[in-house]
Amino acid sequence: MHPVLKIVIQRLFLGLLTLLVVSIVIFIAVNSLPGDFAQAILGQSATPEAVAAIRKDLGLDQPAITRYFTWLGDMVTGNLGISFAQANFASFVGTSAESGSGPVTVLQQIAPRFQNTMFLAGVTAVIAVPLSLLLGILAALFRNSVFDKVANVGALSAVSSPEFFLAYVLILFLAVLNPVLPSLSNIYSDMGFGERLLRTLLPALTLTLMVTAQMMRMTRAAIINLLASPYIEMARLKGLSPMRVIVKHALPNALAPIINVIALNLAYLITGVVVVEVVFVYPGIGQLFVDSVKIRDIPVVQACCLIFAGAYILLNLMADVLSIISNPRLRHPK
Amino acid sequence: MTRFTRRGLLRTGAAAGVLAATGLPLRAQATRGGRLRMGLNGANTSDSWDSRTHSDIFMISAAQGAVFDSLTVVAADGSLEGELAESWETSSDAKTWTFNLRQGVTFHNGKPFGADDVIESLQMHVGEGVKSAAKPIVEAIAEMKKVTDHQVQFILADGNADFPYLLADYHLLIYPAGQIDEAISKGIGTGLYQVESFDPGVRFVGTRVDSHYKDGTAGWFDSVEIIAVNDITARMNALLTGQVDVINDIDFKTESLLAANPMTDIFEVTGNQQFTFPMLTDVAPFDDNNVRMALKHAVNRQEMVDKILLGHGRVGNDSPIGPANQYYFADMEQHAYDPDKAKFYLKEAGAEGLSVDLSVSNAAFTGATDAAQLLQASAKAVGITINLVQEPADGYWSNVWLKKPWCACYWSGRATEDLMFSSAYATGVPWNDTHFENERFMELLVKGRVEFDSDKRRDIYHEMQQIVHDEGGAMIPMFANFVGAKSSKVTNSGTIGNVYKVDNGRVAERWWMA
Repeated sequence: MHPVLKIVIQRLFLGLLTLLVVSIVIFIAVNSLPGDFAQAILGQSATPEAVAAIRKDLGLDQPAITRYFTWLGDMVTGNLGISFAQANFASFVGTSAESGSGPVTVLQQIAPRFQNTMFLAGVTAVIAVPLSLLLGILAALFRNSVFDKVANVGALSAVSSPEFFLAYVLILFLAVLNPVLPSLSNIYSDMGFGERLLRTLLPALTLTLMVTAQMMRMTRAAIINLLASPYIEMARLKGLSPMRVIVKHALPNALAPIINVIALNLAYLITGVVVVEVVFVYPGIGQLFVDSVKIRDIPVVQACCLIFAGAYILLNLMADVLSIISNPRLRHPK
Repeated sequence: MTRFTRRGLLRTGAAAGVLAATGLPLRAQATRGGRLRMGLNGANTSDSWDSRTHSDIFMISAAQGAVFDSLTVVAADGSLEGELAESWETSSDAKTWTFNLRQGVTFHNGKPFGADDVIESLQMHVGEGVKSAAKPIVEAIAEMKKVTDHQVQFILADGNADFPYLLADYHLLIYPAGQIDEAISKGIGTGLYQVESFDPGVRFVGTRVDSHYKDGTAGWFDSVEIIAVNDITARMNALLTGQVDVINDIDFKTESLLAANPMTDIFEVTGNQQFTFPMLTDVAPFDDNNVRMALKHAVNRQEMVDKILLGHGRVGNDSPIGPANQYYFADMEQHAYDPDKAKFYLKEAGAEGLSVDLSVSNAAFTGATDAAQLLQASAKAVGITINLVQEPADGYWSNVWLKKPWCACYWSGRATEDLMFSSAYATGVPWNDTHFENERFMELLVKGRVEFDSDKRRDIYHEMQQIVHDEGGAMIPMFANFVGAKSSKVTNSGTIGNVYKVDNGRVAERWWMA
């Protein structure tokens, strides 16, 4: 078997194991939240009987172990379950007629939101990754110059500011003072691609500011680290231009750490942009997640957690594989 | 035009249909067309067209305000009008109510509207395992009878002169009989706008139906879009950048931005929304009325209005009946911050050096924790130690409210005196958050329900307000205004409803493009 393939399989297996452990942690954490769905949805009108009725209907009266294995079994078979958020209405209508649409599944709840999140992450990545690579390479090329310092200070100040602050600054300059972009990013399914892209730009720019610093500085550091190596000196002695030395000779060997940092930042874009979503009213999975925690929609919360964990594991796996491929010594072991 | 008295309309609602059909003279300037875009909060992924679950402005605006109708409606000026009911009459004991329904009305799916729809829609709110905030209203109906296809008769267990008012509740929407489940999943009503798309917790779009019984009096927009903007700053930005035309609940700290912008203006009405600190009157030390009176005189109400509401409200007087109610007792002696009086009551109670716990969280109302701190400081000057117990916002209504002896709370207020007192002050009702019990009060409550004479009712409700003010367990330091902001692109008649936020949630119906 090809060694790369072997590593991939090994990593996949480890990833699944991690996911299993994460699933236990998720289940315990979610179930130790104070209050439950029945209480949350009934709010001021939670009488003991009503709470008990809803609990029974949703299977919340079963012991935790039973619920965990039922859930795990469903997950393995790809059944994400029924979302509580709408389930209670179908169950408590009190009329006998057949429901028009049937219960809302977790998949139906999550799928459109996850697509939106992937779209935002995609737009951000398309802007941020080339930008930070370019800035990193230029900073390495002109290291200790004014450009290097300005780029570094700029990127570091951006990443050090809270997300909502960056978001408001961008809204102030690009939506309020110079109305070029909309401050509301409420995209919806029947929106054209152009409109959708336009509305996604402001949150994407905010996130770009958040993730650029790390990727740019890693690129710069990894390249500079190599510039002291003998083979770079050789290339320079051959009379190659500094740009060519960096792009052709240094960059390929610096790829591994850069890829790892990019993967981490992409995972962040998929899982951790709740604040940006709230500020721009972007219907992503983060808002759904927070809403679901608030109303104790446990199936959605658990599915979101698993998706987030899966995203981290998968992106890290991809980063590892890509690093191996970028390294000839690992690609062709003797 | 002369304003119809509420009571006159109540007894025989014959004029109500005419009133709705002719419309107010101001509306003559209104023109059809345009798309209304609103940015509202209170949206959640668990939202649906099931009116029994509605509790916040987003779904109230979309459902009762656009897609669905009720039997009656509280007009912007506070008078009661017929919506799907054209007129009504009652027996002298206020027990039997006959409603004549509007003819020729159809649901969005083409089904004609009739008496069966009314009966089945109301029955949604009662029954085994059903949870609905309107349950007490419908449960009070002993019998519902279909007289003809367009006439229904309700026989109440106990007389209630306010009954038509109660039917205007935003939970009591009329769905098509036999298709209620479908209507809930798709949003099929008789309202001015039919559902074009609805994404729970995100967005609602409705388009104006081609012909409607309110044509010429309401429903001026071609389409309505309501966007869920739960973040207050995002709402302000959306209005300032012209992406929405109307928002609710503005941020007082930055309201000057809206005021300074020529394209936006703020609208505000004083209603019955009240921020309260209920004490359980059967738990020591609050079981002693002298302690309650001491605390009522140890709170600086004006300071709270100035600092918590930033002026957008008025001081409360420990009675839940507010200026939006008809029999509001405006001349009742005002409880004020008075350290001497507070000390006097403390001495009477033999409770000098009183130390009490106050459970608080911002889940109760915006600024509740700050308000509690102000209360703590003003009470300290009187010699009362208040220990603030910061409670988690999560589960506040299930674990703290009604359970802790003293906590923070809010009430949106109720359209009628009877409904407010019956919900929260009557002996033994589940939401009696002060465990208040008073014989004379209960006597008056029952008497008021069947009294049609306006002067006598005024006397009854004034006395009840006085009792709650003097002996009740609720400290009600402030009434908060309903505040919203709009773009100059949309306009209204100048009268804005004060029962609930943003014109009682009826912007789509009553406003138009300027």
